[in-house]
Amino acid sequence: MTIASVTQLICFVVLSLTLVVGSLGVVLLPNIVYSAFLLAGVFLSVAGLYLMLNASFVAAAQVLVYVGAVNVLILFAIMLVNKKEEMAEIPGLLLRRVLSGAVCLGLFLLILRVDLTTPWAVPGPAPLADDSALLIGIHLFSDYLLPFELASVLLLMAMIGAIVLARRDVFSSDVITGEAADQGLLEKERTPLLLESTAGETTLLEKV
Amino acid sequence: MSTAGSALAVVGPGLDLQSSFTSAMEGFGLSQGTAHLLWLPLPMLLVLVAAVIGVLVNVWLERKISAAVQQRIGPEYAGALGVLQPMADGLKLLFKEDVIPRRADGLLFTLGPVLVLVPVILSWLVVPFGQNLLISDVGIGVFLWIALSSIQPIGLLMSGYASNNKYSLLGGLRAAAQSISYEIPLALAVLAVVMMSNSLSTVDIVNQQSGAGILSWNIWRQPVGFLIFWICALAECERLPFDLPEAEEELVAGYQTEYAGMKFALFYLGSYINLVLSALLVAVLYLGGWGFPIPVEWLAGAIGQSVDAPLVQLITGSLGIVMTVLKAYLLVFIAILLRWTLPRVRIDQLLDLGWKFLLPIALVNLLVTAGLKLAFPAFFGG
Repeated sequence: MTIASVTQLICFVVLSLTLVVGSLGVVLLPNIVYSAFLLAGVFLSVAGLYLMLNASFVAAAQVLVYVGAVNVLILFAIMLVNKKEEMAEIPGLLLRRVLSGAVCLGLFLLILRVDLTTPWAVPGPAPLADDSALLIGIHLFSDYLLPFELASVLLLMAMIGAIVLARRDVFSSDVITGEAADQGLLEKERTPLLLESTAGETTLLEKV
Repeated sequence: MSTAGSALAVVGPGLDLQSSFTSAMEGFGLSQGTAHLLWLPLPMLLVLVAAVIGVLVNVWLERKISAAVQQRIGPEYAGALGVLQPMADGLKLLFKEDVIPRRADGLLFTLGPVLVLVPVILSWLVVPFGQNLLISDVGIGVFLWIALSSIQPIGLLMSGYASNNKYSLLGGLRAAAQSISYEIPLALAVLAVVMMSNSLSTVDIVNQQSGAGILSWNIWRQPVGFLIFWICALAECERLPFDLPEAEEELVAGYQTEYAGMKFALFYLGSYINLVLSALLVAVLYLGGWGFPIPVEWLAGAIGQSVDAPLVQLITGSLGIVMTVLKAYLLVFIAILLRWTLPRVRIDQLLDLGWKFLLPIALVNLLVTAGLKLAFPAFFGG
């Protein structure tokens, strides 16, 4: 074995381990902030796996979009609205957990079966190296033009929807019912994120 | 790629230290693999040391220039002109007690500063000091820097949250908001340069500017892009006038409030390494990188030497490093002057500037660049 292949193997094992353990942590940890931070780790190890497949452009895009934008926004949202409140006891929690675990296990077994029965081409197609960005661009503007444009329209719709929901005070009537916007809903009392709460802390989040 | 190819032919292969080193090691009877293994850590260590020394110089400059701006003398007793003052600062931080607040989240509190520093250092991977004087000429080049710099806000949010302090949390949130807002115009400004160079690689971008010395630098073709990039880079480095995440009057020290000792030093190092890195990238993207204002080929031709002669190569290589560092530190000087002369903007002004001014301007700049590239392919990269 050469140095390169040993390094590759070590990298693969480490990345896969972080990926699997991290994803389990995202799902199983009770603290939602930890889950969000672990999600960043999961995205990063996926980017590492892309890098090992010689898809460096996709890896960088993964880091930029998922870690830099999606995950930061998730964290942002959690930190702005996170409430330290006890969840109400749900009856039959253990049964629910066993059932959802069984569903997940079933899905995993299905995927495993697909993985084992598919005749994978080994070794795969030759890596494109530095031309990948060029080829992705060409495909986006030729045979994938319609999905690309549809995705941008979808994003625009989501953005307008978010603005409408967030700025209900500007649109003085409720968009859906046509009645005056319920200001009481907008000005909900917020419980502080930090452990020790003092009187002046409701103004804390408004300063951001 | 055609422009890069023709420029390469003009510049010549340049110094290739790696092949010289490996062949020298093979001369000592080592196998090729071992020689390569010995070579690998060398450029990384060199760049790491260069980055840290760059920070020391930067700290000294900051102290001296701020003193000059305020008509003081500044550090004077530690070494000649106070050059050892940054070392003293660093040593002091090294010996300080490492405090973790009792109700803080110890794990995230420790991980935060690391996550802030590591992406910044990793980004030095793509900074070229000469044709072959960079750690790795990866194809995605400058895009790697943009992607890596987007990891930083996670570290800031992490340390802001883990400190369990309202000022820290506010600072962390502000840092993330600021970083997200200014990343977009920054990336659009870079995209215009990339469009002209037909490549993301930093080496290709520099080579594309090397045709006619100072006249072919991107700053003349991308003046708006240069300004957008510089403003956004200052905002990404959290330098005044954009240092809202650590605005003393409002937030004590933002996300750094609870930090002491080496953990604080990591933030400090991170912000200064980031400043030097941004200055280096401005030099690479807009000021011709390692290029001398007069092309070295002309100079070599004027004194009747071939560019490929070993001595000429050594001189042009050294000149390239000096030029890169000189341009970067000129920009650092401007950044320091800005810090000590301008007042801080408010958070709403900051976000307005980012989203309502820089972003549309950057988009228009991109569009105009695309149009000019189609109209005048000879000047704007065909």
